[in-house]
Amino acid sequence: MEKKKVHEPLILMSKRAEALPAWKSWGIRLIAFLLSLVVCGFVIMAVSGLNPFQVYATMAKGALGTSKKAWVTIRDTMTMLCIAVGLAPAFKMRFWNIGAEGQILVGGIASAACMIYLKDLPTPILLLVMVIASLIAGGIWGFFPGLFKARWNTNETLFTLMMNYIAIQLTAFFVSLWENPFGSNSVGIINSQTKAGWLPNMFSDGYNGDYGWNVVIVLIITLIMYLYMNKSKHGYEIAVIGDSENTARYAGIRVNRAYVRTIVLSGAICGLAGFVAVSGASHSISTATAGGRGFTAIIVAWLAQFNSIVMVIFSFLIVFLQKGAQAIASSYNLSQEVSEMITGIILFFLLGSEFFVNYVIRFNKGRKVSK
Amino acid sequence: MEVQNAIKMENITKRFGKVVANNAINMELHEGEILSLLGENGSGKTTLMNMLSGIYYPDEGQIYVHGKPVTIASPKDAFDNHIGMIHQHFKLVDVFTAAENIVLGLEGEGKFDIKDVNKKVAEICEKYGFDIKPDQKIYDMSVSQKQTVEIVKVLYRGADILILDEPTAVLTPQETTKLFAIMRNMQKDGKSLIIITHKLHEVLEVSDRVAILRKGEYIGDVATKDANQQSLTDMMVGRSVSLNIDRPEPVNVKPRLVIENLTAYDELGVKRLDDVTFTVNAGEVLGIAGVAGSGQKELLESIAGLYPVASGKITYLEPDVDYTATNEDGTPVNTPKELVGLDPMSIRKNGIAMSFVPEDRLGMGLVGTMGMTGNMMLRSWRSGKGLFVNRKDPEALANRIWKELEVVAPSTEFPVRRMSGGNVQKVLVGREIAQSPSVLMTAYAVRGLDINTSYTIYNLLTEQKMKGVAVVYVGEDLDVLLELCDRLVVLCGGQVSGVVDARNITKEEVGLLMTQHRKEGAE
Amino acid sequence: MAQLLQLLDSAIAFGTVIMLGALGEILIEKSGNLNLGIPGVMFLGAIGGLIPPFFYELNGGSNPIVGILLSLLCALLFAAFGGLIYSFLTITLRANQNVTGLTLTIFGAGFAEFFGASLNKLAGGVGQISIPVTSAGFRAYTALGAKGGLMKLIFGHGFLVYLSLVIAIVMHWFLNRTRKGLNLRAVGENPGTADAAGINVTRYKYLGTIIGSAIAGLGGLFYTVDYIKGTWANDGTVEGLGWLAVALVIFATWKPLNAIWGSYLFGIVMWSYMYVPGLTRSTSELYKMLPYVMTLLVLILVSLRKKRENQPPASLGLSYFREER
Repeated sequence: MEKKKVHEPLILMSKRAEALPAWKSWGIRLIAFLLSLVVCGFVIMAVSGLNPFQVYATMAKGALGTSKKAWVTIRDTMTMLCIAVGLAPAFKMRFWNIGAEGQILVGGIASAACMIYLKDLPTPILLLVMVIASLIAGGIWGFFPGLFKARWNTNETLFTLMMNYIAIQLTAFFVSLWENPFGSNSVGIINSQTKAGWLPNMFSDGYNGDYGWNVVIVLIITLIMYLYMNKSKHGYEIAVIGDSENTARYAGIRVNRAYVRTIVLSGAICGLAGFVAVSGASHSISTATAGGRGFTAIIVAWLAQFNSIVMVIFSFLIVFLQKGAQAIASSYNLSQEVSEMITGIILFFLLGSEFFVNYVIRFNKGRKVSK
Repeated sequence: MEVQNAIKMENITKRFGKVVANNAINMELHEGEILSLLGENGSGKTTLMNMLSGIYYPDEGQIYVHGKPVTIASPKDAFDNHIGMIHQHFKLVDVFTAAENIVLGLEGEGKFDIKDVNKKVAEICEKYGFDIKPDQKIYDMSVSQKQTVEIVKVLYRGADILILDEPTAVLTPQETTKLFAIMRNMQKDGKSLIIITHKLHEVLEVSDRVAILRKGEYIGDVATKDANQQSLTDMMVGRSVSLNIDRPEPVNVKPRLVIENLTAYDELGVKRLDDVTFTVNAGEVLGIAGVAGSGQKELLESIAGLYPVASGKITYLEPDVDYTATNEDGTPVNTPKELVGLDPMSIRKNGIAMSFVPEDRLGMGLVGTMGMTGNMMLRSWRSGKGLFVNRKDPEALANRIWKELEVVAPSTEFPVRRMSGGNVQKVLVGREIAQSPSVLMTAYAVRGLDINTSYTIYNLLTEQKMKGVAVVYVGEDLDVLLELCDRLVVLCGGQVSGVVDARNITKEEVGLLMTQHRKEGAE
Repeated sequence: MAQLLQLLDSAIAFGTVIMLGALGEILIEKSGNLNLGIPGVMFLGAIGGLIPPFFYELNGGSNPIVGILLSLLCALLFAAFGGLIYSFLTITLRANQNVTGLTLTIFGAGFAEFFGASLNKLAGGVGQISIPVTSAGFRAYTALGAKGGLMKLIFGHGFLVYLSLVIAIVMHWFLNRTRKGLNLRAVGENPGTADAAGINVTRYKYLGTIIGSAIAGLGGLFYTVDYIKGTWANDGTVEGLGWLAVALVIFATWKPLNAIWGSYLFGIVMWSYMYVPGLTRSTSELYKMLPYVMTLLVLILVSLRKKRENQPPASLGLSYFREER
């Protein structure tokens, strides 16, 4: 009888039967991150001829070198964090809300509208109205995709994507409506004299000296969301639905209702991020107010496994990279966009590393089959 | 006359981990015959056949096709040996036409002539009496038509040995008759067929010979003309084994759930429960017997408010309520509660303590990513005022179950997904019992558990019964059903084929009920 | 009449960009991958098509054929490379498709804008890049088109406009009339079934995604060399066009032939604000919402009507993993 070799693939992959301990899985992610820095170093070397170590030093200096730079990095970290925190409940329920861009923009429009039309209100009241308005605007932007998903199972990824563009056009409409000065096609700095509706400084006297209030607001939201997700009944419902809708129904959770409620919440917090971006940072509104952060924040939330506290780290990491890369760009006369390219490469590595966290690979030595 | 073998399996053994699914099986399929492969659920029939179709590869043994030794390591190898298997779960693309599904994955370059394919398919259909249109989409088809497409698919690929895995499970009696006619046509054409089934009357009706598996062992074969339902049942279920499950006499038995004329359909419109009527008593363990897929899952889920009921009533009689008392005008003082139309939350809000251990433990009864405490909360998360969940009580309960049921887990926060099957079940059953239920329903509560854990579960259920709980036990092992339960409801094809006293019936009699549709009558 | 012709002319140019992007995405989605990296891939195609002719012409090259070939080759390679990264991460490493796609968009945009800006610097400032020879070659048309009027509308475009139509028709034929197309659709619908039928799911997914990305990259190429006449704007327009291409896939209900008229319709709607009387600068921005609102309505209608032929591929967005047996 002839011996016959059964054809089997050389590399076998299977899901890990048991999840890795935390230190191992974070170790894998760290290795991936370091590897990505090496690759980025080569890329930078290739395109600019610079020494990568020098480059990374410049990055750190650029992002945190002066107190002003550090504050800007912190400010943008907080905005990113706010978006990611808002996205987390939706994603934890496996609702692909890629509409944060739009939700930020409508929140921003609502804030800007308050700043323009209600500028005579006392500051604390005006700020409160702005917060509420941006929450409502973002919530509405989340409501429709949530409702259609719950009732008719309309694809939420594509729905929220379209809502982004509707929001962008809406923003463009308001920008030309509020244009200042006329013909500039931009809103300019709103209330640049009175500073009405601006988040004030916390420590310094001058304007834009620090962004303490941004930090306070966003960290409070982060903490509340952490409690909401981990300690509240709603948070529990979200976690169960995200694991299995059948189990949720078994436990008496009214799934559709929880769905819509959660998406509205998610949209509302992203709307609030619009408020933070407008009132706390740019004091203006444009179609670039969201600036792709709605997409980047998805990756932040995903990498942090939807844990609000871990998101602080990833938000900072991403913003740090972006600011640092911008610093390289200006000091070595490169283009600013090098930052996005580097961010992309690092994220590719981090995404790829999840595979090694969840799967085991073994090599097949082949198996002889005889009579 | 000498018989030629289409297939010969020699000493075939297949293990999954420690479980031996098939143990040194020797079996033959003669040329041009229809062979029934008979056995209870879990007896290893499908595993054995999957080794012929290339899904599994045997750990030991040799397969011969038409006398030649062969290696079947993939579905493609099976096709090359002209073996085709029609699986229970159809492998069809819904938005494709019948013809497109039939040619899917076949070799051939570039453009293919769909007209040519249609013609060839039509020829096959005419030859054997199939009734499908080649250009009809799968999603427009009935279950039986889909099955036909699967059969035509293997014929189109030139199979002369066909294996049908429980083909009649999804068919109406009329469709079954038609299928059998087609099978005989194929036989006349020289094909050899194996039909996996556990329906005895079908075995007797269609096959030439019967081979019987029990618990992974080959029991033997018998020519159909020499067999009857009784002899086949005996071979299939084997002799009774004494398990010594403690079964105290029930006390204070009262009706708790009255189920009347319950009928339900699945999302495809197939009738899953057909006019089901029986009563669940407090203080008793009611066993539900039946081959898998006879409506057990749908029945329990209907009662729990998780499955849409088309018609019928489920009435709940509270403990300690007198339903006989009447007002002066003759109307009853208390009316029992109707459960049909209530969702799980409403059932709870009505004060009905119903506990349910579903078949799909991690997909319905538990949250795999959470620890014991989180899973205890599945029942209590709504309790208490305010926005926040109460974690104290669930944590205490988790700790209690952890200790009392000896759950093996490093902590109560250890994700249940990573526990072994027995421990998962302890968590689930422990939680459900801790709700102080008045009705406790369990589906396959000991499936996959070791002997000791199984006995733990039996004792827990009996304890509940003695506390006056109405216990429903859906099981598959007849020996257990007969020793644990007080009464048995036997389901067959979504109908109740008998309600019997578990103390005064034999395994063989239950086995017969399990395979007989009520409408066809008993012998 | 002249206005109408002008509108249609700009609609065709605009439509071609998103049609190519959408056609690529259709092929990718038919293999079961929801690639939200299309804007990034189009960016890669755009910059890939610009770099070689820029250096070619900078060094005195003057043969448009050489410029065009270099440009095409490089655009296809860059875009396919983007598809390869996406495929490796989602198919082999089973990373989440949405997150990977978004990352690809970030990367592609950063990559293209970085090199675009660098080229601009080499050329002496923003908008200073020019590749007159190659761009003219891309935009050349025959004598028929030179007659003006209707003839110009039909025959007066660069060859990529006609190539996009050919791609649409060939893709329709491929998906519906060939065995390989049937197999590819089966992979996107039900990879388990395809696998059981002996189809190499991984290979089909890789090829579908990489070839689809290359096609989408042509959309970016057309944008730089034809639509904006061979320069680089550094304003992120390609990203917006990329998302519109994703929208068009839904609008066309995953059918290549629908993408033809759908893209031109999008183009008409996009540019018609210039011809609608009474629109102010601000209300015209509201008017430009129309393509997105239309797409949203189509998406909702499709989900309400549940007509099976119009649904997205059933396993869209899911990784396929066959447990070892």
